[in-house]
Amino acid sequence: MISIQGVSVDFGPVKAVDNVSLEIPRNEVRGLLGPNGAGKTTLVKVIATLLAPSSGTAIVGGYDIHDNPNAVRSMIGLAGQYAAVDDLLTGRENLEIVGALYQLPKAEAKRRADDALERLSLTDAADRLVRTYSGGMRRRLDLGASLVGRPDVLILDEPTTGLDPRTRLELWAFLRELVSEGATVLLTTQYLEEADELADQITVIDSGKIIADGTADQLKGRVGGDLVTASPKRRADLVRVRELLEVVGSGPVRVDETQLIVSVPVDSRVEALVKAAQSLDEAGIELSDLAIQRPSLDDVFLAITGKVGTTEDVEAAKTKGGRR
Amino acid sequence: MTAVAPNASTPTRSGPGLVNDVVAMTRRNLLRLFRTPQVIVFATIQPVIFVLLFNFVFGGSIQFDGDVEYIDFLVPGILVQTALFAAGNTAIGITDDLQKGAIDRFRSLPMHHIAVLIGRTNADALRATLTMTIITVVGFIIGFRTDHYGGLVLGIGLAILLAYAFNWVFAAFGLYVRDPEAAQAGAFLPVFPLVFAASTFAPVDNMPGWLQPFANNQPVTVTVNAIRALTQGTPPGRDLWLSIGYSFAILLIFIPLASRKFAKG
Repeated sequence: MISIQGVSVDFGPVKAVDNVSLEIPRNEVRGLLGPNGAGKTTLVKVIATLLAPSSGTAIVGGYDIHDNPNAVRSMIGLAGQYAAVDDLLTGRENLEIVGALYQLPKAEAKRRADDALERLSLTDAADRLVRTYSGGMRRRLDLGASLVGRPDVLILDEPTTGLDPRTRLELWAFLRELVSEGATVLLTTQYLEEADELADQITVIDSGKIIADGTADQLKGRVGGDLVTASPKRRADLVRVRELLEVVGSGPVRVDETQLIVSVPVDSRVEALVKAAQSLDEAGIELSDLAIQRPSLDDVFLAITGKVGTTEDVEAAKTKGGRR
Repeated sequence: MTAVAPNASTPTRSGPGLVNDVVAMTRRNLLRLFRTPQVIVFATIQPVIFVLLFNFVFGGSIQFDGDVEYIDFLVPGILVQTALFAAGNTAIGITDDLQKGAIDRFRSLPMHHIAVLIGRTNADALRATLTMTIITVVGFIIGFRTDHYGGLVLGIGLAILLAYAFNWVFAAFGLYVRDPEAAQAGAFLPVFPLVFAASTFAPVDNMPGWLQPFANNQPVTVTVNAIRALTQGTPPGRDLWLSIGYSFAILLIFIPLASRKFAKG
């Protein structure tokens, strides 16, 4: 459904997207995961015909973005991280104008606007100015605008970036419902959890290049799964904690000497945690903390770039991943 | 979503589609405009203050021959001044839409993209028309008189045409500078010399000799002179045609310029 073929985008000397090729079959939800500045939005702009690539091309729904951009535009729905909705219009007006621009007859534009409002639980707020909407409502309306054209391909560019956790969960519920209807979706995100939650396949991108591909489980596997971390109260216990965690873990133990944290990758979360708790308790070690950590995007990047790249790359990935 | 056929069957679009898109975009911009009445109020107060200020404060000390009252001389000037000052709003509107991502959304839709720019310049021209009407009324209240109402309407038409042409200049300007604050600050740079080195408020004869060739022939002066002639019942002569010619020349240059920049993003 989406076929990206050797796309590069140069901004002066900077390669924002560097020879990316990607195939997304019909009805697949593909997560494009990467830190700020990885080139996700630039790639989205190319596919959405907003930006001409410096080289390469993309075929969306059988149409070439260069030769037939208007055909591509009628296949796609784009919802952006900036929530491109009009503050000074009501929610309904926003959607009706988008409908009009799809050349829909007035009644049909109205009907589809009503549908989208209903689906995104905005019916009650439909006739209020968007200026009065909350952040989550704006994102939902933006999403609604991308549905008015009944697109075959939905492009969601960081749909939850900048939202608080509760609003993010709420939006996920809507997104899950949409993707379950069998649309082809390209979703960009900075959050592994989000890609995990919504996508079938994840492509990891950094510095404009694809650095990994796979399901969420496969990617987490490369990190080494979940981690059990234990923090002893006394520095003298570090060695003993290390020995005990080595037994429950499924990979190499890491010790952070300055912050007194010992961590180990584990296969089965709860079982490993219970075992660790028991053995640490039996050994009489006083802990300030004992926890299971899910691998973060930082960890994925560390694991992946650490394998293929240099320390410098790892540091770069870390700093980027840390920014919001 | 996939159950319903997309609109992909109409990849190329015809004329009626363009009209539809222009109407939708103009409507959108007018809706926005009327939801911020304070902008209209300020955009109107400023030229009204100019009318009062020039008529009552500077009017007595501006020398010109001829047997017309200063207010009759001034109102045509203010109409054209309004045309140019208001055009800066087009740049502000465009940069605002760029920054908020609205333009990205429109560019991702299978619409006639030029409709985004036409809708913007149309709405701004309608707003300028509203302001010019109010100024004319204020002019009448403080003593402006004409026996040639047909000429007045034609004269306001000339000012609106020039306003529309300059809307396109500032549409292109906004697309290049991209930043609303830069647009706001930069818009006045070309506008000031055009409005003041002209016959807008005082006769060009009073200006230094080296400035007169420019001041006598530039778009603002010829338009102001044409409106004066039309409202006073004298033949506007070459000023009328020069004014129309300038407006169309500006449109001919800046419509393609703005469209190309818009397409490139």
